[in-house]
Amino acid sequence: MIDPVQKIFRFQPDRSLYPETGADGKPVIRLDSGKFIKVWQGPNHPGVTGNMSLELTISGDEVVESKTHVGYLHRGFEKLFERRRYIQCFPTCIRMCVPEPDTNEYNLARGTEELAGIEVPETANWLRMLALEMARLQVLLRMVPGQAATMGLGLGAQWGMYFRELILDRFEELTGGRIYHMYILPGGVRGMMPDGFRERLGENLKKIDGFIKDIDKLIFHNAVFRKRTIGIGHIPADWVDHYGITGPVARAAGFKRDVRKDYPYLYYHQINFDYNIEHDSDVFARFLVRRKDLETTVDILRQIMAKMPEKGIIRAETPNVLHWRIPKGETYVRCESSRGEYGFYMVSDGSMYPRRINLRGPSYTHAVSVLERLLVNANISDISSIMVSLATCPPEIER
Amino acid sequence: MSIKDILSPFSGWKKVFDEPVVVKDPVNDRPGAPRYRGFHRNDIATCIGCGTCETICENEAIDLVPVQGIETRDGDSGLRPRVDYGRCCWCALCVDVCTTGSLTLSNAYIWVDEDPGVYRFTPGVDDMPWQREEKGWKKPEGNYEFYSLKREPMEHLRPEERNDSFAEMVRGFSKEQAMREADRCVECGICVATCPAHMGIPEYIRAVRDDDMERGLKILYDTNPLPEICGRICTHKCETVCSIGHRGEPVSIRWLKRYIADQNPSEKYKQILETGVLDKNGKKVAIIGSGPAGLSAAHYLSLMGYECTIYEKLPKTGGMMRFGIPEYRLPYDQIDKDIDYILSLGVHIIYNTTVGKDITLDQLKRDYDAVFAATGLHQGRSTRIEGTDHRHVYQATDLLRKVTLGEEIHVGRRIVVIGGGNVAMDITRTLARLQRLKYGEVRIITTSLETEDAMPADSEEVVGSREEGATVIPGWAPRKIDIAEDEIKGLHVVQCLSLFDEKGAFNPQCNFDNHRFFEGDMIVESIGQGMDLVYLTEGIKEHLEMTPRGRIRVDDYFQSSIPWLFFGGDIIQGPDVIHGIANGHKAARGIDRFLSGTADKQQTT
Ligand code: SF4
Ligand code: SF4
Repeated sequence: MIDPVQKIFRFQPDRSLYPETGADGKPVIRLDSGKFIKVWQGPNHPGVTGNMSLELTISGDEVVESKTHVGYLHRGFEKLFERRRYIQCFPTCIRMCVPEPDTNEYNLARGTEELAGIEVPETANWLRMLALEMARLQVLLRMVPGQAATMGLGLGAQWGMYFRELILDRFEELTGGRIYHMYILPGGVRGMMPDGFRERLGENLKKIDGFIKDIDKLIFHNAVFRKRTIGIGHIPADWVDHYGITGPVARAAGFKRDVRKDYPYLYYHQINFDYNIEHDSDVFARFLVRRKDLETTVDILRQIMAKMPEKGIIRAETPNVLHWRIPKGETYVRCESSRGEYGFYMVSDGSMYPRRINLRGPSYTHAVSVLERLLVNANISDISSIMVSLATCPPEIER
Repeated sequence: MSIKDILSPFSGWKKVFDEPVVVKDPVNDRPGAPRYRGFHRNDIATCIGCGTCETICENEAIDLVPVQGIETRDGDSGLRPRVDYGRCCWCALCVDVCTTGSLTLSNAYIWVDEDPGVYRFTPGVDDMPWQREEKGWKKPEGNYEFYSLKREPMEHLRPEERNDSFAEMVRGFSKEQAMREADRCVECGICVATCPAHMGIPEYIRAVRDDDMERGLKILYDTNPLPEICGRICTHKCETVCSIGHRGEPVSIRWLKRYIADQNPSEKYKQILETGVLDKNGKKVAIIGSGPAGLSAAHYLSLMGYECTIYEKLPKTGGMMRFGIPEYRLPYDQIDKDIDYILSLGVHIIYNTTVGKDITLDQLKRDYDAVFAATGLHQGRSTRIEGTDHRHVYQATDLLRKVTLGEEIHVGRRIVVIGGGNVAMDITRTLARLQRLKYGEVRIITTSLETEDAMPADSEEVVGSREEGATVIPGWAPRKIDIAEDEIKGLHVVQCLSLFDEKGAFNPQCNFDNHRFFEGDMIVESIGQGMDLVYLTEGIKEHLEMTPRGRIRVDDYFQSSIPWLFFGGDIIQGPDVIHGIANGHKAARGIDRFLSGTADKQQTT
């Protein structure tokens, strides 16, 4: 028997008519047939994450073909790095991901330290973890309810913004910046926790506990949200390794993937937490994973606060940053961002300037390769939802 | 899905009754955090315009600009950073790297103005409301430095290793030490303006970092042909202004110079400096005195093709560098290394010849196209207190010269040295060594008018003197030498209260009630030296313009009112090796302007 609620929301389009499938198994798209429309979604579309465009070919309200276009940010950071001292790369690299800039700072710092053989003081490492987890928390606070906003449920997203601001307040105290924190730099970090910081962060975390319960009711137990996310944007398990999918998207497909556990860095091995796994691999599953991540992050932050030393050295002695020559070599460093594995491949030719810093972030795979395939046959009203569920970040693609 | 999923979203309504969380006036209701990176502030009096902020800024948002009311002076470029908020990203690296700590950021959030031009401003100069704010980003405290504030320690012979020997005391840097020390320089160039010779300091320090000793040597010789000597005994005025010295210890510029010179073997100088073959222009210049100014002039003139002949009254080159500075500070082989190279450029030298006695200036005028006189200050001045005519009252410079020449000198059992300059310390430490060799103990009192903090001697010299057994008692004025039965018994002194009067003239004031007696059987005076210009004949003096203070008047190129006659070195600028080198270089250019006819003001007499 069909659930009465399901009955109300039942809508079964006839997908047999268009497009026809050609001999090669691919859809036959003839624009002059009048059965297809080309639509650009983006670059300034509220349903697109950041500045990028989808070139959609639609038939009725279904996507037949989608192409991702980037190039609206024109910044060329990786090239800029080749002309900057390592210390000057530090305020530049953060721009490769606006919502979560800290992962860039961390990778640059750690890569530089690895190449130069610098040992970072213990306190600085704890502060790095603190900053990275706070960054993850503020992203998730915006993103988890933000998923509902893609289908018009904006209320949770607005609540989320408030709680995110609380964390940004803490960032402002700790790092001097709200969005671009510029805190983790080669050698260490730029400041100790101010007085009373633990207590204030603790208060904020308590409020966030309540918020998570609220959005459970508002979003996860919301018929519209469920209807429009369950079964939507399904990523088959065999895509994961084929495309190199990481992070929550991989975990929602049942994969145990988390850099913090697989390749522990900083002091994550001293922290108690588990992979957050789901199996349905649809938009809903991905958001359940992120919702669990939200809880985990709050918990990790509490553990960090409990374990972190009160005082200590915040930066190792380094050579003069103005002419710091990094020994010849190469390294790949990575951390777990809110979107997945976030890595820097760094090459030094022994000079004061990096020879190459190449970013490997999840967005390139997710927003270009995976999204193009995932959108085929999707309803146009689900495009935003699917896109957001992949957590794409165009600045990270165009670097 | 269940009915619960329909109803539960309505729980959102409960928030209707919550307090709103929006801040209405973010500026006043919620000021920026104490560490917030807001707008730039600069403490203009502390800032020295070193420009390190400009160097580190990855957005080229900072330009150093001249500012009204701030003059360029030693240790201050006279420029101040101007920030362009069209480019700045508020990273505050400029604050963290600031050498003086003058640059900070306020915690102001908002700045709105209709005129886009105002967003390019000079913090601290253009009056901004946040300039006086306390809060905002400052350089983090603790172990957070972008360069080391600590000097690489220089190894010295320990007092017991050196106190009875004339072996060189300062060991010099190893490669690793030199690299670490060179790393501390931020290449601001503040020191260059203060160095009398305007040496390319940041450039040669960079050569140390690059481990390119040949390039380093070339840079040294651009402005200074006596690097081994200067690398040891230069008064390093550059270091007193080094921007790193504002919050830490200045870069050891002098030792780095020595390091470069030490690394290059003398056999390779000609090849490195590309001076194997020099074209001659057929003109001849006579130089009187082979001190730093004379040698420097000879060097640069030779490179320009002039044939130079130096007249030296002593049997060896170097002037005060050899005869005034003890060997433990400046070993003779290092003097020879520098000077032999200059002589190898084809400079002739005639020893044991005093101009004015063995040959006249007029004769030089006939034989040469120009004459450069750098005869120095060799005549010790006397305090002229009662008893200074005793045979055991000596002049420090005379004693130092005799020691260098290997002559026997009188060494008393108890010696009192009068003077607070480096020469006083030199003679103190020389006599201390001789006393230790002769009597096995040191009994020297060195006393100066100046109090300890005002003594002109380098503090390391004072410390060294004490370490080697001498007693240094500053702040006393000599009154009378006590003599009984034709033997010196000691020196009467009174407390010196001040040296200068309100007008700044030298006029010591003493407290005659506070009196001391320093026992001794030998007194050495070291209160400065005077010049001996006997070689200036009446005919020449007649045409020679003098300054109101009785010095010979020279122009910027050290040319006197008699066009073929140039003067330089200590007689013009007072006792200092590096000034002498700088004068010699400038005079060489002056002579070239004069002889090649390129000078804009050509006159004849
Ligand atoms: S804050 Fe950063 S970007 Fe702005 S002027 Fe200073 S160094 Fe340049
Ligand atoms: S030695 Fe000192 S003053 Fe000279 S360029 Fe280096 S840091 Fe600046």
